[in-house]
Amino acid sequence: MMRARTKRLYAVGAATVLIACAVALMAFALRRHADLFYTPELLAERGQPEAGQRIRIGGFVQPGSLTYGDGAEIRFVIEDGSAETVRVSYLGIAPDLFREGEGVVATGAFPVSGDLFEAEQILAKHDEEYQPRELRDVAPAS
Amino acid sequence: MIEIGHFLAFLTLTLSVLVAFVGLRGNRALAGQLSIAAFVLMTLSFLTIVQAFVRSDFSVELVANNSHTMKPMLYKFAGTWGNHEGSMALWCLVMAGFGAAGAYWLRSDRPVFEARVLGVQGLLGVGALAYLLFASSPFTRLDTAPLQGSDLNPLLQDPALAAHPPMLYLGYVGYSFVFALAAAALIEGRVDRQWAKIVRPWALAAFVPLTFGIALGSYWAYYELGWGGWWFWDPVENASLMPWLIGAAFMHSVTVTEKRGSLRSWTVLLAVAAFCFSILGAFLVRSGLLTSVHAFAVDPLRGSLLLTGLLIYGSFALGLFAWRAPTLKGGLDHYLASREGALIGNNLALGVATLTVLLGTLFPLIAEAFGQVMSVGEPYFNLTFTPIMALALIALPVVQAWSWGRADWASLWKWGAGFVGVVAFFWLIGFGVFDIPLLAGVGFAIGVWLIYGAGFEIWRRAKTAQRLFKLPVRVWGMTVSHIGLGVFVLGAVGETSLRSHTTLALEQGQSAELANWTFTLDRVDPIEGPNWYADRASLIVERGNEQIRLEPEKRIYPAARMPTTETAIHSTGAADLYVALGDKRIVDGTPRWTFEVFVKPLVDFIYFGSLLVGLGAAMAMVGRRKKVSE
Repeated sequence: MMRARTKRLYAVGAATVLIACAVALMAFALRRHADLFYTPELLAERGQPEAGQRIRIGGFVQPGSLTYGDGAEIRFVIEDGSAETVRVSYLGIAPDLFREGEGVVATGAFPVSGDLFEAEQILAKHDEEYQPRELRDVAPAS
Repeated sequence: MIEIGHFLAFLTLTLSVLVAFVGLRGNRALAGQLSIAAFVLMTLSFLTIVQAFVRSDFSVELVANNSHTMKPMLYKFAGTWGNHEGSMALWCLVMAGFGAAGAYWLRSDRPVFEARVLGVQGLLGVGALAYLLFASSPFTRLDTAPLQGSDLNPLLQDPALAAHPPMLYLGYVGYSFVFALAAAALIEGRVDRQWAKIVRPWALAAFVPLTFGIALGSYWAYYELGWGGWWFWDPVENASLMPWLIGAAFMHSVTVTEKRGSLRSWTVLLAVAAFCFSILGAFLVRSGLLTSVHAFAVDPLRGSLLLTGLLIYGSFALGLFAWRAPTLKGGLDHYLASREGALIGNNLALGVATLTVLLGTLFPLIAEAFGQVMSVGEPYFNLTFTPIMALALIALPVVQAWSWGRADWASLWKWGAGFVGVVAFFWLIGFGVFDIPLLAGVGFAIGVWLIYGAGFEIWRRAKTAQRLFKLPVRVWGMTVSHIGLGVFVLGAVGETSLRSHTTLALEQGQSAELANWTFTLDRVDPIEGPNWYADRASLIVERGNEQIRLEPEKRIYPAARMPTTETAIHSTGAADLYVALGDKRIVDGTPRWTFEVFVKPLVDFIYFGSLLVGLGAAMAMVGRRKKVSE
């Protein structure tokens, strides 16, 4: 049999290499896939991120802004009490508690051209009391 | 009545203090009797809360906030734990239950050890009860009782979700008992093969309900939320996945300790970690520190109390571990290529997988400390968790055949060739016939590979058909679990890579097509239930000669002032046809109804596979074990 110490060295070495690979993978994945959160104001301040970069935009659905497009598409405007707003398009059914004037967090990306945010997921209030956490510091416009 | 319950809970707390004291002093008989008494009192206390819910006693604050007279009886009953306070009472009850079960079933020749196990369990119970009584009391009365309650969140009024919390808690709290077994062994400084043999069934007793609990929660999210997904990599879901992964790792490493006497300190460390992850889960869910799609009523104070509890118990256990770890050596020697090596590899994979989930879950918190608000979604987990698990699952059938101590590498090339063959096969049919992507082909190959590997392994052990059924039940349990994993992988890969999805807006009589099925909106009717009213759409779904009617609903629960989506799902065996009804839109004067429509191949395999994993673990738990001697 191999000497116990040599053997342990191999085992620890193998484990270290594996864990290092995993950590590198995690770091890479986090750099690429951590979705930054913006309010309309923050978005105006930092500029629109590159097309296809997944981000989240939170605020309140501007009253009167909800319109229906072709098929199942809905469009609305997110506001956050500042002068800035973001236009959002979503192909799908909005959550049950998605309403004008209520809080909303949209996950998605900007297209190659234009400033119409294409949402792939819409998060609204889950029940009457709950508000998405990011919206605690965002005031409704009215 | 509720005052009696309150009083009984205080008595239980007192008894738990006594159990901790008597148990840690080593008095097995008395600690056992007190543990059973504590369980009886806690049961009675819990029943008073149940009674308040069942009888709709709105003078109790908890009932007034979470119930309603019109609610069906099942949900009045299950509503007891459909809220924070009630679920903490359930937590305490399960904790006392494990103490009593330990008092009854722990029968070895080590009474002092057993007494200390009960003592540590009592100590954990003190923490849980103090938290229940002083930070989340379900026993509060209102000065004036309202005439009607404000109802349980209608999303929770569902059979799967009625059973989900008790299952999950049996799992979480089950690991508290594993923790107690580990802490008691550390106090004695005696972690050996006999200890591993004692712990193993308890670890399985926690693992089985945890598996079912997670599967139920996922199934609920699938059909009740109407988003068509079964796993969202949401913090609340991750919180239950982490203890499961660590629990799975523990199950494998405790086998090494039991059979070979090695890996002692690692096994103990995992026992401690499994429970710490359970409390971390409760903390993440209840503190509201992270954004979740499954919102819970949250309270930062409760969160910080749970974190304090986690730190106290965690550092207590880690302190014990640091003190005793140097003495935890021994066991038979082995090569890297051996069953020991294989199981260490399993632990490494599951451990690293847990770390990726932990980092992905906590990263938003870390980022927030640096002033950046962000979230980590599915793409991260697909890039980290999935490949790590995939590698581990590819290796599973190969290394499973390795023998204890030393295995030969000679047959490795056959396995390698076999796997490449399976992948090539799936890629060829996939590419040629179904036009599926390469990665999906690899995924299917892994699923089949696992099922084949499990069959191969049990055949390798039995050698003849007659002996197949004479194998120990735990070997069958392992086989069923590993087959279940394979079935799960097939389902997960099938659903993820082959699903079709569209959102429709249909006028009455209009139709649309998805994946060769035609969906026609026949009509929409208003209907009424016991505590809700709804619009029910009726769709005719056709493919060739097959015709099915799907009737999704959009319900309104007036008491909670909240709408819910009731999906309609039809399983063809090979796929689920899944329709959720959205909002009604008036466009140009004509009403249009929106639908989320999915065709989801193999989705049933996900739940059937999870069921098999849990079932196999249950078989391994009840299977008789050979006596071991040190």
